[in-house]
Amino acid sequence: MNGIKILDAGLLSSVQDLGRYGYQRSGVSTTGVMDEFASRVANKLLGNDENAAVIETTMKGISFEFLNDGAFAVTGGNCETTINGTPIKLWVGYKCKKGDIVKMGICKGGLRNYIAFAGGIDVPIVMNSRTTNLKAKIGGVNGRKLVINDEIEVFPIDLKTVELKKFNEKYIPKYSKEINVRVILGQQVDEFTEKGIKTLFDGQYSITNESDRMGMRLLGEAIEHKVGADIISDGMTIGAVQVPGNGQPIIMMSDRQTTGGYTKIGNVISVDLPVLAQAMPGTKIKFVEINRKDAVELLRKREIVVSDEKNYMSRFGVKKTGPLNPLPLLKRKVEK
Amino acid sequence: MKFLNAGDSAIIVELGNEISPLINSKIKKITAFLDSLNTDGIRDLLPTYRSIIVYFDPLKISAEDIEKQIVDNCNINYDVLEEEVRDIVEIPVMYGGEYGPDIENIANVNNLSVEEVIKIHSSGEYLVYMLGFTAGFPYLGGMDKSIATPRLKEPRLKIPGGSVGIAGEQTGIYPLESPGGWQLLGRTPLELFNPNKENPCLLNVGEYIKFVPVDEDTYLQIEREVKSGIHKEKRYRK
Repeated sequence: MNGIKILDAGLLSSVQDLGRYGYQRSGVSTTGVMDEFASRVANKLLGNDENAAVIETTMKGISFEFLNDGAFAVTGGNCETTINGTPIKLWVGYKCKKGDIVKMGICKGGLRNYIAFAGGIDVPIVMNSRTTNLKAKIGGVNGRKLVINDEIEVFPIDLKTVELKKFNEKYIPKYSKEINVRVILGQQVDEFTEKGIKTLFDGQYSITNESDRMGMRLLGEAIEHKVGADIISDGMTIGAVQVPGNGQPIIMMSDRQTTGGYTKIGNVISVDLPVLAQAMPGTKIKFVEINRKDAVELLRKREIVVSDEKNYMSRFGVKKTGPLNPLPLLKRKVEK
Repeated sequence: MKFLNAGDSAIIVELGNEISPLINSKIKKITAFLDSLNTDGIRDLLPTYRSIIVYFDPLKISAEDIEKQIVDNCNINYDVLEEEVRDIVEIPVMYGGEYGPDIENIANVNNLSVEEVIKIHSSGEYLVYMLGFTAGFPYLGGMDKSIATPRLKEPRLKIPGGSVGIAGEQTGIYPLESPGGWQLLGRTPLELFNPNKENPCLLNVGEYIKFVPVDEDTYLQIEREVKSGIHKEKRYRK
């Protein structure tokens, strides 16, 4: 088998891709990685498709053994990671030999890590996606979180063709305990009083411990409804800021149910979802209003950062060609 | 029809703020139109009781474009439901006994006999307004109020998949084993959700279902057929 063996599964680790789309109308949540930015970059560092399945960890990393020669990259929270005891950098691709052991520690800053493997994780595709839906128990490794001794298959790939990259440090996110989150008002905003809308943007909220892949429950000044919080159920998008009767907002995340019967005041913009995904309980949030046009512009700029090949630098510096480097590269020692 | 913001990558096409077959028919119409577009800018559609969420990639298609397409192509300016064909899916149900342990309770609450409860429940046609809560769970409309029964005071921790229940004025089917507080009156051997099938969900928004009482032998026979993948549910247009 081509792949890895889990030696320590961490706290909540699962196989995820960019989500299961096409079945929300049947009540199947999209699920998928919480931080699509970190996950996509991890894949690109290895030349993978952006949607290749990765392992997402929460708070604590995993430890695993390579069952064959392979290459991997870790992105996301600041989590000490070693290969055979030697510390390595995150947001950088590495090659490993069969038997090498990768150990990850606790996230100090940020909350989630993404571990991508050259070739991509090979779990069966269920309904268009490899992602784990923990509630419906489908996708990933038998529809569940990872446990010790799980062996996870990786698509075989000729490692000679894998060019390891490191991500432009300028664009590596700095995870903070105080974040600004931009929101487009919408959905049932008409169900809130002027005062309620003002509260959302003037108040400060903190992320409570009752936050998970389904939603981030916040605590702060209650947001006032005109009449009540109940509506005839409609759909819930990722980033929807739902405000139930107690006035405390809940931001819906990857594992949210498809539909819900509470008012939603607005929606977090796409580029700020990865920021939320990395926010530990206790993080202070300040909401900032933005319009759709500006949000799309921010997304366009962010996509340039993700897709611009110049931001994925070769780990071995710029390749020289021509007379400056007359000897064939064969004799160069290949980094392990 | 209103278009509401839902962030930068989704819009809500809202048709109304009530549960009605008229709104459902318009939602069905617009969903079918958007399905037929086949642009890679639209990522997913989520029809509900009152609206459709259109998920899209704003770098490929704009919200305004989608809105214009809907306005230009979907005629939904009608106030009375057109005489429409109904797509019916038959759901065989074994009523009572261990399959429906609350059926006597439902009968007692409503001063009916068990036979009357079965007759009333299986004579209606129920519109699938939306699927949600869990994968494949249908929100059904059209139950006769004479068999309405409040939820159990203490929800059960485990309800077998296929259980048919009543909660207040609603009836529904649990697709998978789960906890729940609905009063159970029977069980169907059909699979409402099977992720390994090409069409994982038995039901679609806008279809009608009809419960058909079966005896235990028939139930077990269908169950065997379902398990071996050879059962074909009864569907017809009326």
